[in-house]
Amino acid sequence: MKRLLIAGVVMAAAFAGSGPVWADPVDDTLEIDGTPIITRAKAPEGHPFDEVYSGWLFREAETRDAERDSIENPGMIAVEDGEVLWNKVEGTAGKSCASCHGDAAESMKGIGASFPKWDADSNKPINVELQINKCRTEQMGAEPLAFNKGGQQELTSYIKHQSLGMPVQIDLTQGDMQAWWEKGKDLYYTRTGQLNLACASCHEVAMGKYIRADHLSQGQVNGFPTYRLKSGLTSLHQRFRGCIRDTRAEQPKAFSDELMALETYVTWRGTGLSVETPSVRQ
Amino acid sequence: MTRRMKITLGAIAAVALSTAAIASEASPDAVEFTDDGVAVSLTGVAGDPAAGAEAFKSRKLGNCLACHANTDMSKELFHGDVGPSLDGVASRWEEPMLRAIVVNSKAVFTDETVMPGFYSLNVGQHVAKDFVGKTILTAQQVEDVVAYLGTLKE
Ligand code: HEC
Ligand code: HEC
Ligand code: HEC
Repeated sequence: MKRLLIAGVVMAAAFAGSGPVWADPVDDTLEIDGTPIITRAKAPEGHPFDEVYSGWLFREAETRDAERDSIENPGMIAVEDGEVLWNKVEGTAGKSCASCHGDAAESMKGIGASFPKWDADSNKPINVELQINKCRTEQMGAEPLAFNKGGQQELTSYIKHQSLGMPVQIDLTQGDMQAWWEKGKDLYYTRTGQLNLACASCHEVAMGKYIRADHLSQGQVNGFPTYRLKSGLTSLHQRFRGCIRDTRAEQPKAFSDELMALETYVTWRGTGLSVETPSVRQ
Repeated sequence: MTRRMKITLGAIAAVALSTAAIASEASPDAVEFTDDGVAVSLTGVAGDPAAGAEAFKSRKLGNCLACHANTDMSKELFHGDVGPSLDGVASRWEEPMLRAIVVNSKAVFTDETVMPGFYSLNVGQHVAKDFVGKTILTAQQVEDVVAYLGTLKE
């Protein structure tokens, strides 16, 4: 019997070592109001997967359909609210975003596909939320928006939506972006919390499996802010914090160096996928 | 013997006695792994399979269904498949190995396994305040879960 048990251990170990197993994203294609959306793309060099998949491919048919149709998509309300904020005069300079940037459809096209990018002024990567705050404080004489407050998610949704369909491609050659990518990669593989799980435990090793009711995707960021059917509009750092909390670990603050490094690295992991903001998820 | 010495000795005996009471429950760091697994009960108190089934199901305790299907609990909604189905698991593993898997699966499989160690302090970074220094299950809950697993025969 002892031998049998040891054989069992070896078998189980062999199983564990076989790497990412068969994953089953659905065979479906996405087009939003005539714009084709890339939901599968060849992974960039050095990526653990051969192909990257949008989280859309892991959701149920009704959830997928809600994103297909922008009238059905409840996240589009946030985009409309964001447009109002874009044109709203705020701060001591008496300006709105539109005063300087004009038509967002032109000036903001590509932003959602290329952020985070290097910001020489702060000597750090900057994401859309922090760029909004930078313009508010430096250009408008307005207060920065607190995390998830004051329309931050809506304005971010509006800006990113201008890149709908464009493939994600961030520039790691600027400034110290590469070092932040490395730091994000370390964090992605670091196990946290009492449950001792890393991002990779769920979104790489167990990708395609079910964890209770949830079909595990690659944890891509191309649809953020996303509309979650069970909890509404959700920002990226809110999602990161939720996943970290679920390992029973302390949650880093939104926009902390940890989460900015993670955003840089995880955005790279989705290189080639279209921006879907606002995506619909469960 | 002087009076003073007697008191000291008495105090030592009392301390020894109270640690002995706790020591009958193996602390997470003192659990002994052999090739057969963990042969000795963590508490010396026989596990209760019914309580084990509850701990197995509960999302706050074992939450084993998050990752394992289990036909014996087909009434519960949503069984995950991150790990293998536990149907007939007691026909594959003997009790000491089942105990070892629940205590610290990383000691049985590989360090890479996704399965948490339920009675291990070898945990991830930045453990949330409420969970620092605590194991996911208590020693007795582990015994209960192991007793429940023992009922899952082919
Ligand atoms: C007074 C003019 C002015 C106003 C008002 C202003 N910005 Fe800017 N914005 C700039 C300048 C100048 C830059 C480039 C320098 C920098 O990064 O701050 C910029 C850069 C940006 C960028 C990055 C563009 C790129 O290609 O990298 C975004 C996104 C942006 N602004 C959004 C906004 C939003 C949203 C608002 C309203 C909350 C706003 N801006 C208000 C002047 C302005
Ligand atoms: C215990 C498992 C688990 C861990 C660990 C985990 N996540 Fe998740 N994550 C989920 C589940 C479940 C979902 C929702 C279903 C899905 O898309 O996989 C999710 C969703 C996401 C999404 C949204 C995907 C989309 O398409 O909208 C992102 C982004 C994400 N996770 C990033 C991370 C990052 C970064 C980490 C590490 C800090 C992490 N996750 C750790 C379970 C986990
Ligand atoms: C986060 C996911 C996860 C959770 C939660 C989890 N397990 Fe596991 N379990 C696994 C994985 C994965 C394996 C396979 C081992 C490996 O290859 O890494 C496994 C293997 C096992 C095995 C060996 C099965 C066999 O047939 O060889 C047993 C027994 C087991 N788990 C029991 C439990 C019990 C009991 C619980 C709850 C107290 C539990 N697991 C919770 C992921 C999990």
